[in-house]
Amino acid sequence: MKDRYSNRQYIIGAIFLLPVMFFIVKLFFLQVIDPSYKLSASSNVLRNVTQYPSRGLIYDRNGELLVLNQPVYDLMVVPGQLAPFDTAEFAQILEIDKDYIDSEIRKAREYSMFRSSVFLKQISSLTYAVLQEKLYKFPGFYVQPRTLRNYPRDIAAHVLGYVGEVNRRIITEKPDYSQGDYIGITGVENTYEEELRGEKGVNVFLVDVHNRIMGSYQDGRFDAPAVVGNNITLSIDAVIQEYGEKLMQNKIGSIVAIEPATGEIISLVSAPSYHPELLVGRARTRNFSQLAGDTLNPLFNRALMAHYPAGSAFKVINGLIALQEGIVDEYTDYICPGHYTVGRLTVRCRYHSSPKALSGAVQVSCNTYFCHIFRNLLDHPKYGSVTNGFNVWADHVRSFGLGERLDGDFPNELRGNVPLASYYDRFYGENRWRSLQLVSLAIGQGELSVTPIQMANMTAAIANRGYYFTPHILKSIENAEIDKAFREKTMTSIDSVWFEPVIEGMFRAVNGPDGGTARLAEVRGLDICGKTGTAENPHGDDHSVFIGFAPRDNPQIAIAVYAENAGWGSTMAAPIASLIIEKYLTGSVSRKWLEDRILSADFINRVIAVSDEQEN
Amino acid sequence: MSRRINLWANIDWITVMVYLLMIIIGWVSIYSAVYNDDHQSIFDTSQRYGKQLIWMIAALLVGAAVLMTDNKFFFFFAYPFYTFTIFLLIAVLFLGTEVNASQSWFNFAGIQIQPAEFAKLATALALAQYLSTTKRKIHDVRNLLTAGVIIFLPVLFILLQPDVGSSLVFFAFILVLYREGLSGYVLFLMILFGVLSVLALLMNEINMLALLVGTSFVSYFAVSGKFKVAFKAILIFFFCVIIVLLFFRLFSPDTVLDVQLIIGATGGSLILLLLALLYRRNNAAMLAGLLIAAILYTYSVDYVFDNVLMPHQKSRINIVLGFDDDPLGQSYNINQSKIAIGSGGLAGKGFLQGTQTKFNFVPEQSTDFIFCTIGEEWGFAGSLMLHALFIFLLFRLIYLAERQRSHFARIYGYSVIAVFFFHIVINIGMTIGVVPVIGIPLPFISYGGSSLWAFTIMLFIFLKLDAGRMGSLR
Repeated sequence: MKDRYSNRQYIIGAIFLLPVMFFIVKLFFLQVIDPSYKLSASSNVLRNVTQYPSRGLIYDRNGELLVLNQPVYDLMVVPGQLAPFDTAEFAQILEIDKDYIDSEIRKAREYSMFRSSVFLKQISSLTYAVLQEKLYKFPGFYVQPRTLRNYPRDIAAHVLGYVGEVNRRIITEKPDYSQGDYIGITGVENTYEEELRGEKGVNVFLVDVHNRIMGSYQDGRFDAPAVVGNNITLSIDAVIQEYGEKLMQNKIGSIVAIEPATGEIISLVSAPSYHPELLVGRARTRNFSQLAGDTLNPLFNRALMAHYPAGSAFKVINGLIALQEGIVDEYTDYICPGHYTVGRLTVRCRYHSSPKALSGAVQVSCNTYFCHIFRNLLDHPKYGSVTNGFNVWADHVRSFGLGERLDGDFPNELRGNVPLASYYDRFYGENRWRSLQLVSLAIGQGELSVTPIQMANMTAAIANRGYYFTPHILKSIENAEIDKAFREKTMTSIDSVWFEPVIEGMFRAVNGPDGGTARLAEVRGLDICGKTGTAENPHGDDHSVFIGFAPRDNPQIAIAVYAENAGWGSTMAAPIASLIIEKYLTGSVSRKWLEDRILSADFINRVIAVSDEQEN
Repeated sequence: MSRRINLWANIDWITVMVYLLMIIIGWVSIYSAVYNDDHQSIFDTSQRYGKQLIWMIAALLVGAAVLMTDNKFFFFFAYPFYTFTIFLLIAVLFLGTEVNASQSWFNFAGIQIQPAEFAKLATALALAQYLSTTKRKIHDVRNLLTAGVIIFLPVLFILLQPDVGSSLVFFAFILVLYREGLSGYVLFLMILFGVLSVLALLMNEINMLALLVGTSFVSYFAVSGKFKVAFKAILIFFFCVIIVLLFFRLFSPDTVLDVQLIIGATGGSLILLLLALLYRRNNAAMLAGLLIAAILYTYSVDYVFDNVLMPHQKSRINIVLGFDDDPLGQSYNINQSKIAIGSGGLAGKGFLQGTQTKFNFVPEQSTDFIFCTIGEEWGFAGSLMLHALFIFLLFRLIYLAERQRSHFARIYGYSVIAVFFFHIVINIGMTIGVVPVIGIPLPFISYGGSSLWAFTIMLFIFLKLDAGRMGSLR
């Protein structure tokens, strides 16, 4: 039926079309043009579930396992899926109490009803075996497999270091890491973290808004399995490491043994040490604070971080410098009256036949000889001044890797100290100091301080007759090359021709038929060369020091031993080094009596007794 | 018997087919939206899709019953039904169950009924009855006022529940009044003020004022073509504004600049209005009046927005205007909805392949946000098809309404059309984020018995009236 307004049907039709057209355009932009909504959709609905890789294994130089992984299980809880359960039985299986259950579930609830929270970390496989049977009784709980480090041999805690969960600071600094990841905190675990960690995998699941997994996304097409970390082989010899740690029992100090031809560290002992198992898993935090509180400081890696005087062992370097600089030749000899006295200063020497040239002076560790050559070096007119002479000396010393970090593959190394001329300028005034004031440097005392690894490296440089390779712990690595820098020689500033007289002296110190300072270190047929030291220690008894290598020709091992407060180098450090060299070169120890004497020596309790006495 | 055959032959089967197609699309979409692996059968009555099937069958039975009813029934029972519905709307305020903080549902033995859904039907019938009985001229202000009361009385009670979404639907009836002869200016003004409301919230006061004044002068110049007059008017206007500003500077310098400008602009417009009336320039007078109204309206929109609306209503409006972008807060629904629709692409992810809707990211995905499922799984192609289907239905119903011989049937028909239109535009506009979130269902598609029944009854009454259009009823 027509009426006068019937034309309005078209206007109404237009009014209908207008928004619909607008919607269609809007939908075209939304659905076809704009890609952003597609991206949002995938992050919305897909949940990436991390698959944790197991860390790479660590082997010793002979292929023996030092570090492996043990399976553990994190018990997870999803509060929204919980049903009433027998808490008593649950607590009994997991060896926890009811309060723990209540508080953890409350925490999980506060976090999310639908997302999983860790309920109990690192359940052992034994407990898991029991739990697994009964897990059906506890809906809302499930386990996530993790791994923990396990140490088949109870050794090398300082070398290996430990692994812990990343903290907030690490997550901020290294975006690769996220909550719950492990990271190597010290030692090899830290240095080779990149290689050992492996790659986290991911399983992509479809989840609903409550984070409930609804199934695998596209039948797992986008899943990436976790990639196991690369295994690494250390240059450490587990047998020697273990033996060194055993010899150092009840002592404070360090042993560092290096293969001179490669710079590989055969053994790196810091005593007292700790059981690496202590810093694994749930008990780590508690044990760590206990270890950190120990007055003997077992967490302190003395091999890399302890500053010691170099002691008489350093005389060999002064001998080499004097030869190189032409201050003496191998025949130059000095009379030793049993002391070196200039004015009021007296450096005492022990009795020995006299006069001595370089080899003999090394053999008997003649203080007088080395005071002479050191002062002659500094005062030599060709340098123009004592300062210049001192700088020449110091540069030679540094060329042996002293006074600077060696920058091998170990974290937290300290640099020791080779004093600068400016130090003495400050102390005495510019050009106001004389060689006499520095004379304690002649016998390895004074301002010079070194770390055990620096001493071992210095010994390796002597064994090599003039060069060394940066000491390192890594021998090889799966699927990768080791750092090229470890294969490059570092030359010392001493020409190789000057080493023979010094090495002859070191040989005679150990093997000399006419007596030497390290006769206890002699092993027939091994041609051990060495130098003892008795480092004066302002805090207590002298430290016993020994450096040495063997055999004399084509050396296989260079070693430095420090035993704190153990007196003369000849009585403690030299035998320890000798036993280790023998064990390393021959595979066994022939001198049971010496071994027993070392094992029964106890300096820790002595230190404690002394400090108790002082307190009283 | 002949009557039966007659009815069977006269029913508009095209509309019935579209109706059936739509409820099936709805059913399948609900199945896809709340699909549950444990209950894969679409007939599983423990799930919403199974329940919707029951509602659909029931709706078809109700529709058949409507077709069996005599046409006179609707005419004569329009008022009593309207009265009864008003009574229900009042009763629900006291006896209803509270769902989502609004008191709008009756709960009879497990079946929930929402009187507001049926109020639309009752209002449509009552309006048709009132406007058609005595050939009332709609230009008569008294008639217009009565019609207004019929339309807005239910709104009053629905607002008390409060259910803003359902009450807004009644504004759609203005379209019916327009078809029946209401001045086009009223419709124009409504649209104009609608646009002004949005602009008022989007722009700051001074820009808004400048826009209004500028538009007025430009449109006066465009309409009259008298440049000189327009120029004079501008001079007079700004002279007034400056006087007002100086006045404030002298006597009350602390007054907010906005207020000074409003008063100045209003004053200037008033003087222009008086001058226009004096010189009998009707166009200019109307424009000046409109300007005054627009200025006052703009500021009252801001005032209402700041001081009257509830916080959630404010934030819903803010989201659409783009002020509020807090994906996990109030705009969560809209964002998720847009993500679902946007991720559908051109061809969609395919039936049951929608990830956004299926995994409950979109709230109310089977009721108010059902369009998300369609947009996600059928893509732009599916959205286009659905829009085409709706437009086809609306145009078909306009065609049917226009062929009515009785005023009652035509007015009722347009009421149905207007209500459908409003629901469709608001619902889809909401899911794509161009309209604030107003919880009203998409006709025939959304899950829910009350709305499906209400829409079905509304549509089938019209189809019945249409089938009997050859009868004697005026």
